[in-house]
Amino acid sequence: MSLLFDIVLLSMLALTALRIIFLKDLFAVVMLFGIYSFLSALIFVNLDAVDVAFTEAAVGAGISTVLMLSTLALTGRTEEKSSHSSFLPLIVVVTTGAALIYGTLDMPPFGQADNPIHQHVAPRYIEQSPQEVGLPNMVTSVLASYRGFDTLGETVVVFAAAVGVLSLLGVRRKEREDQESGLKAHRVLRVVAKLIIPLIILFALYVQFHGDFGPGGGFQAGVITAAAFILYALVFGLPQAFKVVSPRFTEILAPLGVLIYAGVGITSVLKGGNFLDYNVLAADPVAGQHLGILVIELGVGITVFAVMLSIFYAFASQTEKANIQ
Amino acid sequence: MSFVADYYNYWVVVFLMMTGFYVVISANNLVKKIVGLNIFQTSVFMLYISMGKVTNGSAPIVAEGIEQYSNPLPHVLILTAIVVGVATTAVGLSLIVRIKRAYGTVEENEFQDKDDVI
Amino acid sequence: MVTVLEVVSGILLIAGSFFSLTGAVGLFRFPDFFTRVHAASVTDSFAAILLIGGLMLLTSFDLNTAKLGFILIFLLLTSPTASHALAKSARHGGLLSLAESQPPSKKGSV
Repeated sequence: MSLLFDIVLLSMLALTALRIIFLKDLFAVVMLFGIYSFLSALIFVNLDAVDVAFTEAAVGAGISTVLMLSTLALTGRTEEKSSHSSFLPLIVVVTTGAALIYGTLDMPPFGQADNPIHQHVAPRYIEQSPQEVGLPNMVTSVLASYRGFDTLGETVVVFAAAVGVLSLLGVRRKEREDQESGLKAHRVLRVVAKLIIPLIILFALYVQFHGDFGPGGGFQAGVITAAAFILYALVFGLPQAFKVVSPRFTEILAPLGVLIYAGVGITSVLKGGNFLDYNVLAADPVAGQHLGILVIELGVGITVFAVMLSIFYAFASQTEKANIQ
Repeated sequence: MSFVADYYNYWVVVFLMMTGFYVVISANNLVKKIVGLNIFQTSVFMLYISMGKVTNGSAPIVAEGIEQYSNPLPHVLILTAIVVGVATTAVGLSLIVRIKRAYGTVEENEFQDKDDVI
Repeated sequence: MVTVLEVVSGILLIAGSFFSLTGAVGLFRFPDFFTRVHAASVTDSFAAILLIGGLMLLTSFDLNTAKLGFILIFLLLTSPTASHALAKSARHGGLLSLAESQPPSKKGSV
């Protein structure tokens, strides 16, 4: 049954991707990309990767689509006909695809428990993590504790992306009150948005702290909180959103999360352990692990929220009415 | 039939990878190239997660009465990869906005001859 | 032994799938934008209620039932709002429905 889901969903995914090649209307391309992300999230759930599905749905179908639509508002909606023929790219693609499929025939069959990938490090994590870290969600314990250094690098990459976008685009803070912003004519949308935004923020807090016991964690929570404030900015207008969460505030929050994360590492060193060794943070090693994971997930959530919101502010404040087609 | 079932995931992954690759090299508009790049990235995620799945396993969350778990290591790797992917997409899209402002167009065949604008 | 709850939940799930399918077919086959939005909103509201109701009957009455209930409430709040926002924006932008854009017939039929 799971195999049937797998085959049908993957075929739908392939059809969606194929359709994207031939469309000239970029708005439809971005919408199809959102559908592609959602289908990937479904396939990830079917393949038992619930944390990954959560992140892909929030990030790929949420933030990516919003950013691409903001770019389309600035650059135009249709694609011109290409001036060179598509014969050579087709030859390159078919040759590479054939070589890759020949390569996949050497791979171990899908799903078997004695594949090489399940042999060396993974059984140690699956058996030892309930005793050493004590969290039900093994993905969180590997992400935050065993491979915590990689996650620090990932948080810094997210922060570097914010630095890049802000230095390329910057947030224009002109107070032009006459510029029409927000959807003030849509009364139903305003009422429903006012109802839903607190619930979204509450759900994001639940996801943040529940990431130890189920799917969730800092990344997903940061993205969902950013989505709540993006909804506020879309419905009530960007100047109003600047008064609620100012761009200066997001610029302060983004490095704060990274500093919290690195601060936990340095605290471990000051207490006598290695960098990011949570065992020394409390009297009991398992309690130390719980405390360390809680604080670093908080740092990750704060940085991801501030970065996503400041990237949205940078894109949204560029839109001038003349460019919208 | 079991041969197809064993490798179907990987073949679809290769097909998606090649679709994304084709969009990147042959699309005229820069935003569509970024969409193709994202298709390519997501197909790579599918490859890793397919490798980590164990048949009749469950999600890697410790619960009563479950003996077989799917491998949590690829999930961790792909979580990082998804977030890094959206970060690079954001930087790429802001570069496109600046290109539009400098050259006035984001179509490849129109700004290829405009080297001397800046 | 199949219980009554499982049979009822199966009926609800099949009915919900049927309405999703008809909503999707309507999205392709209806001639006009506003009728297509109506077809999509059938999937939003009615099919969502049937499908999630069918799933709620399959759980023993615990935390999962409450979570499914919250999902249902959230879906019922947001999806019809999205359809409404679409239709209102189209109207605001000046899109005419099929009945309005056809030239008036001489017989004066309603």
